[in-house]
Amino acid sequence: MASKAQQRPLALQIVLLITLVVWMAAAAFPFFWTLWGSFKVEADFFSLADWTNALTGRMTSMETGEAFTAQGYYGAWIQEEFWRATLNSVLVCLFVVTISLTLGTLGGYALARSTYRYAFWFLLIALIFRAMPPITLVSGYLPVFFEWNVWGYLPTAIIVLVAINQPFTLWMLHSFFKNIPQDLDESAMVDGCTRFQAFRHVIIPVMWPGVITTGLFSFLLAYNDFAVTAMILDKQNQTMVPKIASFLGTTQTKGNVMFAVAAVVSTTAPLFLLIMFFQRQIVSGLTAGAVKG
Amino acid sequence: MKHSAFFWFVLPSAIAMLLFIFFPIVSVVIQSVHVAHEQVIVEVENCGPFGCTTATAIDQEATAALRAEQPLGRFAGLEIYKDRNHLAVTQVGQLWDQSTGIGDFIGKLMNLPFYKALGFTLTYTFVVTPLTILFGFVIAVAVNSAARVLRGPLIFFSLLPNIVTPLIGGLILFWMVDARGVIGTALRWLADDPSLSVKADTGLMWIMLMVYGVWHSAPFAFIVYYAGLQTVNTDTLEAARIDGASRWQQIRHVVIPHLLPLTTFIALIQLMDNFRVFEPIISFNASAHATSLSWAIYNDLGGETQQLTSAAATSVLTVIGVAILLSPVLVRTYRSYGKA
Repeated sequence: MASKAQQRPLALQIVLLITLVVWMAAAAFPFFWTLWGSFKVEADFFSLADWTNALTGRMTSMETGEAFTAQGYYGAWIQEEFWRATLNSVLVCLFVVTISLTLGTLGGYALARSTYRYAFWFLLIALIFRAMPPITLVSGYLPVFFEWNVWGYLPTAIIVLVAINQPFTLWMLHSFFKNIPQDLDESAMVDGCTRFQAFRHVIIPVMWPGVITTGLFSFLLAYNDFAVTAMILDKQNQTMVPKIASFLGTTQTKGNVMFAVAAVVSTTAPLFLLIMFFQRQIVSGLTAGAVKG
Repeated sequence: MKHSAFFWFVLPSAIAMLLFIFFPIVSVVIQSVHVAHEQVIVEVENCGPFGCTTATAIDQEATAALRAEQPLGRFAGLEIYKDRNHLAVTQVGQLWDQSTGIGDFIGKLMNLPFYKALGFTLTYTFVVTPLTILFGFVIAVAVNSAARVLRGPLIFFSLLPNIVTPLIGGLILFWMVDARGVIGTALRWLADDPSLSVKADTGLMWIMLMVYGVWHSAPFAFIVYYAGLQTVNTDTLEAARIDGASRWQQIRHVVIPHLLPLTTFIALIQLMDNFRVFEPIISFNASAHATSLSWAIYNDLGGETQQLTSAAATSVLTVIGVAILLSPVLVRTYRSYGKA
């Protein structure tokens, strides 16, 4: 393939190489720097005197006797009970993903198979809902939640996140189901299946690639949410991201910044693994709308 | 698909969206035209040995009764929208009369909370979106030129800023930019100014927030463009080459037209997402220098006294803003899906 005419001139090669190196540094360096720094004391991670302290850990060895310390992690996980927030996040994500996908596959399948005009309007309205910033809905929730005494609990947050997730889930699954040949379920129905049986026995076994991709994005939406969870969960039930934000409120006391740094690293780690294992699905999900829509 | 089957299949998600998206929107609109009841004041006459004095007191019972009777509060019409914290109609009029020129007017306008938030939100949206597209394209071209074995890891690291929680991504950058952090130190050294601090300077803070925005969104544009570059028609490229097209002409006349529809897609998604900019302002603790519409709602809801009405009014104004931005998307979707 690489004919002579396709060879890039040297100058262009160099420019491209520099771009790559600069971008890689910008994208990856902050994460590694923070990971490294999370094992130091505050005086090293934030050093006015000499930035190399963060590398050598001078103050860390002076204060703790070793070049690395897990103080930040201890403080965040045990002292400030970050494990509780982690548990809450796990629960929220698990239920949000399961419920979103259950509702979404049913709806998305119907939207992909219906030839009537109202299916199109349904999708269009979902698109409008998708564009609403979630925080604008919060002031609509609060008075009702206070009135019914359901404010602050995990199930409330789960239901709200599922609903906010629906428009996106529907759109994504709808486009995946469009790619599953219609003959498949129709021949099952010719053989005497009802619509639901056809869905259950013919579509469900082949829909998993699309469901996994959509599930990943539902997970990210629930895991990364700050605006909604910060507003409708009380302190006891906070998930990880609002919990980190609440560490910041008390940063003035020494050491607490390092709690936040440790918590940030702990929250990023699962995302790191997620991208590592599901890179292909994430890429296909990000481009799904562009290529088809 | 039969009507009844369709109905039962979409019912659960329709109910979810109706209850938790549609009704809240209606409720927000209603709240925004009501204000809490004022306390009922009664005059009480106290007579003592030295004559009578009248004092005012709060009639707790009457207040409670009124509030129970009309829990929404007093109907206020567009009063909230016009007050100082929102559209500030009177203040804007006064400023217009007082100010010496358009620059002066805009400068003073930025002191009003709503216009301050709107100003930053719009600047952010319209600076970050084009830069995201530009950087995404450049990175896509660079990654596409890399050796095949390297592309996997390159894509992996490129995705990080976009997938990581916005609040956390913001914090990570903020800690590095802090005067005592590694980038902060580098900046002070570069500017040769030992007192330089991003936290203390409005201009630098705006730039930093936008740098964060581009850093966060460029991977998305990159992935879309990269996927687009994989599907460029090689036959067309070869034909162009045989006809003597230079490298630049090939890009100009074959690659860019192929990527153009993707650009509209990225631009529209980015406009929507950038308009709701919120988390970086929390991470960077930037509210003294820059506020956004979403931040204003959050601030009203989270304060000591929850100002639901004020938050609702800002929400409605934000939704109107989104609707204006979204209209091209709707038209586009209508055209591409509506006919099919």
